[in-house]
Amino acid sequence: MKYLDEYRDARIAHALAAEIRERATRRWVLMEICGGQTHTIMRYGLDELLPTEVELVHGPGCPVCVTPLETIDRALQLAARPDVTLVSYGDMLRVPGSGSGSDLLNAKARGADVRVVYSPLEALKIARANPARKVVFIAIGFETTAPANAMAVWQAHRDGLANFFVLASHVLVPPAIELLLQAPDNRVQGFIAPGHVCAVMGYRQYEDLVRDFRVPIVVGGFEPVDLLEAILMLVKQLEAGEAKLENQYVRAVSRPGNLHAQEIIERIFEVADQKWRGIGEIPRSGLHIRAEFAAHDAEKVFGMAEFHVQESPECISTQVLKGLKKPTDCPAFAARCTPENPLGAPMVSSEGACAAYYRYRRHKVLV
Amino acid sequence: MCLAIPGKVLDTTEDNGSRSGRVEFGGTVRTVCLDFVPEAQAGDYVVVHVGFAISRVDREEAERTFEALEAMGLLEAELPPPDDGTPGGAA
Repeated sequence: MKYLDEYRDARIAHALAAEIRERATRRWVLMEICGGQTHTIMRYGLDELLPTEVELVHGPGCPVCVTPLETIDRALQLAARPDVTLVSYGDMLRVPGSGSGSDLLNAKARGADVRVVYSPLEALKIARANPARKVVFIAIGFETTAPANAMAVWQAHRDGLANFFVLASHVLVPPAIELLLQAPDNRVQGFIAPGHVCAVMGYRQYEDLVRDFRVPIVVGGFEPVDLLEAILMLVKQLEAGEAKLENQYVRAVSRPGNLHAQEIIERIFEVADQKWRGIGEIPRSGLHIRAEFAAHDAEKVFGMAEFHVQESPECISTQVLKGLKKPTDCPAFAARCTPENPLGAPMVSSEGACAAYYRYRRHKVLV
Repeated sequence: MCLAIPGKVLDTTEDNGSRSGRVEFGGTVRTVCLDFVPEAQAGDYVVVHVGFAISRVDREEAERTFEALEAMGLLEAELPPPDDGTPGGAA
């Protein structure tokens, strides 16, 4: 496929890796924020192409992983109602709630009406086709997904679709990077900013982070060649003592981003404090549905009880999501925690760091 | 979740104030909402996420970047293979 195959070219990847080896004279710790990029790195073994000087740590950019446990419990509570059809992206189905054996897949097996969609527009279709059902869509995601989810709310509002509701858990990348940079135990010296988040939002907010924290940030794509080029750009900056914002993913990302997508986000959502699973509350790091659209906001309409929930005490996802530990540092990894029986969300989502290590690296741990 | 893939716009249609198009991804064709990329026309490549095009691929930028990268790969191919045991090396 055009714009994919050429960015998976092994020859170019090896040339980039060779240049990184040549340039890196000191030890550098780099973080890719986005779970999709983590997945590419593991799948193609990019970390193994890099010299020992360059360490990649994996960031919190897995929306399924950081969706609060309370949201999962609320979704389970809604799915248990006989009048509700719960609609979700597939990744959410196996995420464990706070109760033992509680996830949406089990709820479905017990007879709940739980359906998986690829796009929020399919959730709207289900609501239109089933006017007697209350259709609740679990709208999670980063800035990349926010315009699509916002469009679903907007169309429901515009068309008077009274049986369509959204259980929203939206998170924003720049406040999370800021939190990581402010932490006294931060090790990260350069960031690969998530290309598709930036395709929507542009990268002006990242320029502020570069300036305020004197940290190099490179907007990177998702293919192996993209990531290696972004790593090379970061290593060159670090070796030269520079801290700049650069854009590797120029074919898809412009500085202002997608203004049409930003407009619909702004129309439907407002920035608010948001809890991240495994990390805690981060100020102004989420998007909540504006009061004007409360008729489609599941939290408002269904008046759900406050939950006080506890994570599995064995799960180290907090440190994994902050890049402080690797999944393989966890004693439960691939033993008591697997994608079939996950203790924490990073083992569930295909973008979770634990799931990526399980899929591509566990043979190295288990031998 | 933030995965998005490039596909080629085959045609576009307007329906109820919303613009969509048939987009081809390596032989598979899907209907995609084009409301966020009103500039996209048949023949353009768009980056698609959960049924929405979020960006039109800048063809000139893509080609320029790729040519630069490819030149680097070709240059490398003319050098002796790495002997440090990395994948693809002669070791």
